[in-house]
Amino acid sequence: MNRKIAPKIKDAVDYTLALKPYEHYTLDNGINVYSIDAGAQEVVQLEMVYYAGNCYDPLKGIAAATNFLLKNGTTNKTAFQINEAFDYYGGYCNRACYNETSVITLHSLSKHIDKLLPILHEMLTDSVFLQQELDIYKQNTKQRLKVNLQKAEFVAGRLIDSYIYGEHHPYGVYTNPLDIDALNIDACKAFYQEYYINGNCTIFVSGKMPMNFKESLNAVFGQMPVNKKPVIKPVNKSIQIEQRKFRIDIDPNSVQGAIRIAMPFPNRHHPDFKKVMVLNTLFGGFFGSRLMSNIREDKGYTYGIYSYIQNHVQESAWMISTEAGKDVSEATIEEVYKEMRILREEKIGDEELLLVRNYMIGGILGELDGPFQIMAKWKNIILNDMDESYFYDSVYEIKSVNADQLMELANKYLRPENFWELVVY
Amino acid sequence: MIQYEKFILDNGLRVLVHEDKSTPMAVLNVLYDVGAKDESPDKTGFAHLFEHLMFGGSKNIPSYDEPLQVAGGENNAFTTNDLTNYYCQLPAENIETAFWLESDRMLSLAFSKKSLEVQRKVVCEEFKEHYITKPYGDVWHKMRELAYITHPYRWMTIGASLKHVEDATLEDVKAFFNKHYTPSNAIMVVAGNIEPAQMKLLAEKWFGSIPAGEKYNRQLPIEPKQTSSRTLEVTSNVPLDALYKCWHMPSRMDERYYAAELISDILGGGGSSRLFQSLVKEKQLFSNIDCYHFGSTDAGLMTIEGKIVKGVNIKDAENALMEEINKIVENGISVSELEKVKNKAESALAFEDMSLMNRASNIAMYENLGEAELINTELSKYQAVTAEEILAQARIIFDENNCNTMHYLSNN
Repeated sequence: MNRKIAPKIKDAVDYTLALKPYEHYTLDNGINVYSIDAGAQEVVQLEMVYYAGNCYDPLKGIAAATNFLLKNGTTNKTAFQINEAFDYYGGYCNRACYNETSVITLHSLSKHIDKLLPILHEMLTDSVFLQQELDIYKQNTKQRLKVNLQKAEFVAGRLIDSYIYGEHHPYGVYTNPLDIDALNIDACKAFYQEYYINGNCTIFVSGKMPMNFKESLNAVFGQMPVNKKPVIKPVNKSIQIEQRKFRIDIDPNSVQGAIRIAMPFPNRHHPDFKKVMVLNTLFGGFFGSRLMSNIREDKGYTYGIYSYIQNHVQESAWMISTEAGKDVSEATIEEVYKEMRILREEKIGDEELLLVRNYMIGGILGELDGPFQIMAKWKNIILNDMDESYFYDSVYEIKSVNADQLMELANKYLRPENFWELVVY
Repeated sequence: MIQYEKFILDNGLRVLVHEDKSTPMAVLNVLYDVGAKDESPDKTGFAHLFEHLMFGGSKNIPSYDEPLQVAGGENNAFTTNDLTNYYCQLPAENIETAFWLESDRMLSLAFSKKSLEVQRKVVCEEFKEHYITKPYGDVWHKMRELAYITHPYRWMTIGASLKHVEDATLEDVKAFFNKHYTPSNAIMVVAGNIEPAQMKLLAEKWFGSIPAGEKYNRQLPIEPKQTSSRTLEVTSNVPLDALYKCWHMPSRMDERYYAAELISDILGGGGSSRLFQSLVKEKQLFSNIDCYHFGSTDAGLMTIEGKIVKGVNIKDAENALMEEINKIVENGISVSELEKVKNKAESALAFEDMSLMNRASNIAMYENLGEAELINTELSKYQAVTAEEILAQARIIFDENNCNTMHYLSNN
């Protein structure tokens, strides 16, 4: 045995990847249900997706507040009773508000989920929105915001978004304490009427389904008055700020700078998108990337540096993000631009390209582990108005994009003049 | 029920194999029974720094990450006060690549000077990012020193100070490796779409020839029983006052651990928990409150922490919290409350076992605690806990003399 020689491998690119198909059905009221019945554990994940994200905000923060208050009181149950009902059966009910959508997620043991569905139904059809609950929400949200505003990475994250989308774009907007003060219960009630009661709902369910689960879903959710009108998908246009470079001091004693470098980038439907995912992986998308190898593993300027395409529906941004030592923050930025230049000027070698391909395919293979993860892939495809060809075309591009194409894309996008640059100390 | 096979190589390496044919992937998980608690007080943060150096090349392989990525794999590691765990996941056909990489770094590291220099800096940046620049980032640094007098849980995994990390030398690194990174001090778990018989052959092939080394004998100072309450007041540049209280609790393998775990869930587990309902919702003294512990191997700390609503006096908030504690100490809990937290425990365990990676690392962790089979008996231990045991444990844990309190006050 020679320890210097690597064992033979099967190149991950030689794998045929398959995305397990979902089952689709509709409830009596037209709710689309996407279902993946699989897995070894007796658990289920149910996601109810409403088009009720902050794109539809009549006033900053109303969509998020309404989403939060869904769990805080119905005609027949107090917030405590709702929580108690989920907790008693070991269920976890979470809600989250995104840009386009609001998602209510239930995780439960398969044997108990039937008992928990009626509580969800109550929240989604009969929430009462009490002033006192909103007051507590406002107070605690403000307190959390105060703490976050002392974190350079939090401040940097929201500022860079506002630079490249604009402060009035749903992806660039951020809340200040005064916006939280302005939240009012009537606006929440009206938002609930329009975007939940009379809104648009889609259901994603994955895991090991109990018997007759389709019938259970229909019995509980099939009569809600939703989906009467088509979804009006928001269209927002980003407006970038003119100034390109920002240095902001929030703490004179800081020991690190939160660095964000970003450029506007089209959404998943753009013809370059899938190839750029490969270029991004090479540039800063994984531990073996150019940015990480140089700036962390060679220079030790940071604990970690990554680049990524933001996960947005309408338009997106290509972002480089790191926290680096204060004295080496400017040097870090120089190195980021240097790595862009190398990608523009030098073709990637075969060996490194194969590594990136194998890494990405292996990663997708790993991401298909279990029903929840498979459903996450489908959900992304469906909510972005795509079909499974997005998955298969992505895999194809990973396997076939060549060095010339990557260099071309680097020349098209990875130019310092395309980017906005921010350091928060 | 999680199935596995176990065998031990002649050099003492314990190997556990868990087969799962539903996934195309495989996981190789190697746990070393060494954590920050094994460091000497003047060289803290070393177990964690060492974890970084494990990626800096081994005797025969210049880079750990690259060959793994070529094989479609991904990896990471973490260090706690108790242990250091390395894991990689890759397409099952390529599992031998993981054997090759893991065995070579168990055999011997390259001990590269450059790697040490760079990783010292990287860890210092990690230290700054997580514990210096964040508001309240130094809480556990201070709390550990308050709650532990002699046990090495006194310091955090990242280290007691940046200086200890900066001062690490290559000699320290070599000595640490020889002392702790031996086959008999390690547990390996192979999981996924693999054949146990073949894994046995691969384990022999790649790990069998690694010298056994000397078995490390852990002798940690024992923490004396706390006999009077301790308090600390800190004023810092944070926006809100925060309250932290810690009580010593049973160790992970103590039968009483399970009652303690359920107590933390009754008090602080989510929207229907006692502390949230009473102190955040009804009295509105805290903007958030949690009750938790780290599940540490040796006796740990039951912790309650919360941020105080602006304008509320921290003493009033603390008194209200103690009222809730006193309720559980005096009256115990109801039957349905007990049922609720047991159901939650059952559910949490089921969700934890969803991913192959979790199953692999959990098997390793339970084996390190004593025996892997604990992964299958855990649930019945929660289910056996009675309301009387909860009451008895609450009385012991929440004894006034067992308490450490920190007021972390805002300077503005």
